[in-house]
Amino acid sequence: MWPLLGIAVVVLGFALRANPLLVIAVAVGVTGTAAGLSPVAMIEAFGKAFNDARLVSLAFLTLPVIGLLERYGLQERARMLIARFRRATAGRLLLLYFLLRQVTAATGISFGGQAQMVRPLLAPMVEGAAEAQVGELGAAQRFWLRAHAAAAENIGVFFGEDIFVAIGSVLLIKGTLEGFHIFVEPFALSVWAIPTAVLAALIHGTRLLLIDRRLRKP
Amino acid sequence: MITLEHIYILSGALIAAYAVLSLREGLFGNAAFWGLLAASFLLGSHLGNFANGLIAIALVVVGGFGLMRKGAPRTTSPEERRASAESHGSWLFAPALILPLTALIGTAFFKHSGLADPKQATLVFLGLGVLLALALCYAWLRPPVLAPLEEGRRLVDTIGWPVVLPQMLAALGAVFALAGVGDAVGKLASDYLPLGTPTAAVICYCVGMAAFTAAMGNAFAAFPVMTAGVGLPLIVHRYGGDPIAMSAIGMLAGFCGTLMTPMAANFNLVPAALLELPDRNGVIKAQLPTALILLVANTVLMAVLVYRH
Repeated sequence: MWPLLGIAVVVLGFALRANPLLVIAVAVGVTGTAAGLSPVAMIEAFGKAFNDARLVSLAFLTLPVIGLLERYGLQERARMLIARFRRATAGRLLLLYFLLRQVTAATGISFGGQAQMVRPLLAPMVEGAAEAQVGELGAAQRFWLRAHAAAAENIGVFFGEDIFVAIGSVLLIKGTLEGFHIFVEPFALSVWAIPTAVLAALIHGTRLLLIDRRLRKP
Repeated sequence: MITLEHIYILSGALIAAYAVLSLREGLFGNAAFWGLLAASFLLGSHLGNFANGLIAIALVVVGGFGLMRKGAPRTTSPEERRASAESHGSWLFAPALILPLTALIGTAFFKHSGLADPKQATLVFLGLGVLLALALCYAWLRPPVLAPLEEGRRLVDTIGWPVVLPQMLAALGAVFALAGVGDAVGKLASDYLPLGTPTAAVICYCVGMAAFTAAMGNAFAAFPVMTAGVGLPLIVHRYGGDPIAMSAIGMLAGFCGTLMTPMAANFNLVPAALLELPDRNGVIKAQLPTALILLVANTVLMAVLVYRH
């Protein structure tokens, strides 16, 4: 059971908000010691594992293209597209953003972000739409709508991005399975993210549409 | 034939450029970090395990002790970006779409053409897609020659050392596997949980992924442990389940855990602060019903799909 100490290090280290890279290095040291490895053998094992896992970092190969497009206004263009829907209701606006976020994450386009889109654009638009629907908002309603704007971003990305092949999580699965001699194409993994993406759209989409009804209740 | 090794060299060359550009700006920590990572990509296949281990440890030191700062690469102003967005319109999305399309079309139609290593076709075609998209952008937008490198550096600098976090966590998972952590977790799970049926194993794996992720704040850390401990020995080896569907859906079950935990500060606490919510768990509360329903849905999906043969 001693190798489990490594997991305890990870849980504890992350709970204490220590730098994750240091937590990982300590966890490797503890696990290796518990398994009876010498320091040299431990460094060799970590080096081999790190080298074999390089494909996980290929997710960042796309950054020069995305960065270049941002230089020419990709994010601004996305904002203009969203701003066209000023007249929608709060729930429909959130739904539209959520679905757009799922689709753009699934195709690897850099589109949203809590700091880039939610705070400056989506949250104010949703609040504005709700005011047009029911008049002055209470503080609790306002915060509730803002929280939903942030949630739409997170849920949209989480259950869209795994359909894109060059995303960290898909490559991490590929790398981990290769460690167990199971070889898999990223596309074979990403198709299995589609059923959950559809369910997420249905489940969260329904919740977002119910927001308009709840707003009308006093 | 283009292999994964060539894509590593392409990637290493890009990262080496980030190192040089950081050095030019006097950011020595960044230059060291990107230089080490570039060395890993360019030379990793030829170095021994010990040398690669030293590179990994050096990356931990530079990244872990806060020696990196955000660079200030020359880019366009917000006004210029708005004007460019007006004049170029939604065509700006097109080059971004080239990446997944090249990977998709390449894998679907040219996997066995001899152009790319069939075992790693998707990543090879993704690398070619990057080059294709860059060529197109050069022809269409006529940026300064170094612009893609500077813009790439701008983005990796906004991420910083967490760039290597997924790779490090994957490496940790491999070390865990080597040390028998998975076996120990699997033994604990089968000693104390009723895992006597294929469905029970799926429930344990999915709920375990979510719970482990919530505890660590990170599905990437939970995945190798749960997969080695419960997923592969029980679902795949004992009950004959499909490891591919299991892994893909298992990761998504982990994401349900991410939505529920304050440990995932980046996703849940930072936005609450950005939006000036009085309740730091306000975003989590908005996400919780969806996360719970989706966890059940993922568990059912996996139980149905993983044993479909």
